[in-house]
Amino acid sequence: MSTPYAKLPAWADYGLIPLINLSVAFIVAGFVVMLVGENPFRAAVILVEGAFGKGTGIAFTLFYATTFIFTGLSVAVAAHCGLFNIGTEGQAYIAGLGIAIVCLSFDSTLPWWLTFPLAIVASALVGALWALIPAYLQARRGSHIVITTIMFNFIAASIMVYLLVGPLKPAGSQAPQTRNFLAGAELPKLNWIIELFGAKIRSAPLNVCFLLALVMAFLVWLLIWRTRLGYEMRTYGHSPKAARYAGISETRIIITAMMISGALAGMMALNPVMGDQHNVAIDFVSGAGFVGIAVALMGRLHPVGIVLAAILFGMLYQGGAELAFEMPAISRDMIVIIQGLVILFAGALEHMFRPYIQALFASFSPKSVGMQAVTGKGA
Amino acid sequence: MDIFNPIIQVLDSTIRLSVPLLLACLAGLYSERAGIFDIGLEGKMLVGAFAGAAAASVFHSALIGLGMAILISVAFALVHGFASITHRGNQIVSGVAINFVAAGSTIILGQAWFQQGGRTPALQPGERFEAIIWPGADAARDVPVIGPIYAELISGHSILVYFAFAMVPFTWWVLFRTRFGLRLRAVGENPAAVDTAGISVAWLRYRALICTGILTGVAGAYLSMVQNGGFVKDMTAGKGYIALAALIFAKWKPVNAMFACLLFGFLDAASIRLQGTPLPIVGKVSVQFMQALPYVLTVILLAGFIGKAIPPRAGGVPYVKER
Repeated sequence: MSTPYAKLPAWADYGLIPLINLSVAFIVAGFVVMLVGENPFRAAVILVEGAFGKGTGIAFTLFYATTFIFTGLSVAVAAHCGLFNIGTEGQAYIAGLGIAIVCLSFDSTLPWWLTFPLAIVASALVGALWALIPAYLQARRGSHIVITTIMFNFIAASIMVYLLVGPLKPAGSQAPQTRNFLAGAELPKLNWIIELFGAKIRSAPLNVCFLLALVMAFLVWLLIWRTRLGYEMRTYGHSPKAARYAGISETRIIITAMMISGALAGMMALNPVMGDQHNVAIDFVSGAGFVGIAVALMGRLHPVGIVLAAILFGMLYQGGAELAFEMPAISRDMIVIIQGLVILFAGALEHMFRPYIQALFASFSPKSVGMQAVTGKGA
Repeated sequence: MDIFNPIIQVLDSTIRLSVPLLLACLAGLYSERAGIFDIGLEGKMLVGAFAGAAAASVFHSALIGLGMAILISVAFALVHGFASITHRGNQIVSGVAINFVAAGSTIILGQAWFQQGGRTPALQPGERFEAIIWPGADAARDVPVIGPIYAELISGHSILVYFAFAMVPFTWWVLFRTRFGLRLRAVGENPAAVDTAGISVAWLRYRALICTGILTGVAGAYLSMVQNGGFVKDMTAGKGYIALAALIFAKWKPVNAMFACLLFGFLDAASIRLQGTPLPIVGKVSVQFMQALPYVLTVILLAGFIGKAIPPRAGGVPYVKER
């Protein structure tokens, strides 16, 4: 399909347009705040102060951001290969099973720095395997990956509920969750880094998973733009026909991309499970997989953008909690609306303002938008 | 007669549980046949349910509630159209966005307007759609076999239930016997051909989405104004996705859609009925297994083990006019 949109300078493409889309999303969210009878500007101030005002707030913001970096990277890796992995949620959820097995087996014998690598491998493996079947079906049977991954989200949820109210629940307990992990499966906190800067932190769950997330962001960058595999993935994502012509195996590339995506989704589970709750509970993912879609779209599928977008969403989650406290009319579900609006404006409507911006650029310097190529075509 | 009554009861709840699925499934049928993927069925049902219950309890009228449910649901469908038809955005991304906006806004607005933790006030008689008792239903109840079938299965449902089942032949007729239907199917298979014939692809797709919005609105109204007597947050609980699964299961055909929805509704009804009771051969079946079954069946179908599900060819691809 030929795109009728002309080129813009890179800074406008990667900076200006996302910024405009994001602003529109927040303006619309502001209207919703007005609709429930609150002042959107005061809400914004409370939100930002709640997220960055105190050391504890910053630590919580980064804790949430850690989760979203993983899920954002997961969505992005699949998207580079032209696949919409909407199953991040389920892959992360089921990965909790892998972590539970490792932690429940080794938490009394091994120190955390041995349990952690094992849990990373287990979570990535389970997440990848959960993505394998939809990937295989897409590659070999042509079943639409969006539909199959949605179905797998529900199947994962059923399995986890079954396990958590049954086999994994300790005898005599009522709560649908595993027993609490011992010290051998508790990850060390990173709050001291923020305290270095003089901020006080009471208790916040920021942990070493944050560093793991940053490492993964770097590795994803390396994979996508510096390896042959990444090149093949981008080729396939851009044009499956061209990839086939170039001798890239469709099956191999789809399955590899989805398994990497699933592995990243699976690692997300480490952060809340080992870093915060120290058990596997029902619905511990609580929508983070879907936030990953918004994060990946907002970050324009680039690891740097994803880290920034994840921090923004971490800010919304942490600040949103404060906001719910200050303004009773606004609960944390406000974030769900903002998330939806970001997906709408940064994702589905990403080209809405492009023609206007293009016209604006063209009126200043026709060359910068390549006007010779498209003159008079009304693009 | 010991086994007969439970069967009637399960079938009765099968009908009740499959109605929202059927309406949403037919809704999806219109848009997907026109080449627009719609995973926003869930969200549109949810806003429909909320708008319906909210308007019904404020204006004390079930009909106003239904009208509002349809109106808001169509508005959301048009947003989907604006993004995916006019601006050629990714249809799946747009559907996901709609689901989130719906999930969040129904809770926020519900809490702000009614202060009952995201619920709407319980609907009073007259604000919801009552069951229609067919003539002679009470008298016929004692007749063996036919009596309970007539009294429980056929009589005693609300108008929306009959509307849902009437929509099945109606949708078939629209799609396969009218000019609009022919064009709608054509635009889902080969929009360029429709365009060449001088028919607007965009307008046709918008009209398909309006049909989708109307039906998801009714589905939502059914949930909050018939099944439940008020809106509860996240009350669709994945029904939009099951409807999507049913649509694939039905291979995008209206009559099949009815059977697929009845099957999924039956699984749901049976899982409620069988909770904790052991079956003769397989023993105790876990609720989670029954709940996961529709999804598992759909995946197996998609894998091509039960026939082959071939979606409309132009589905998911925005139409770009040749320049």
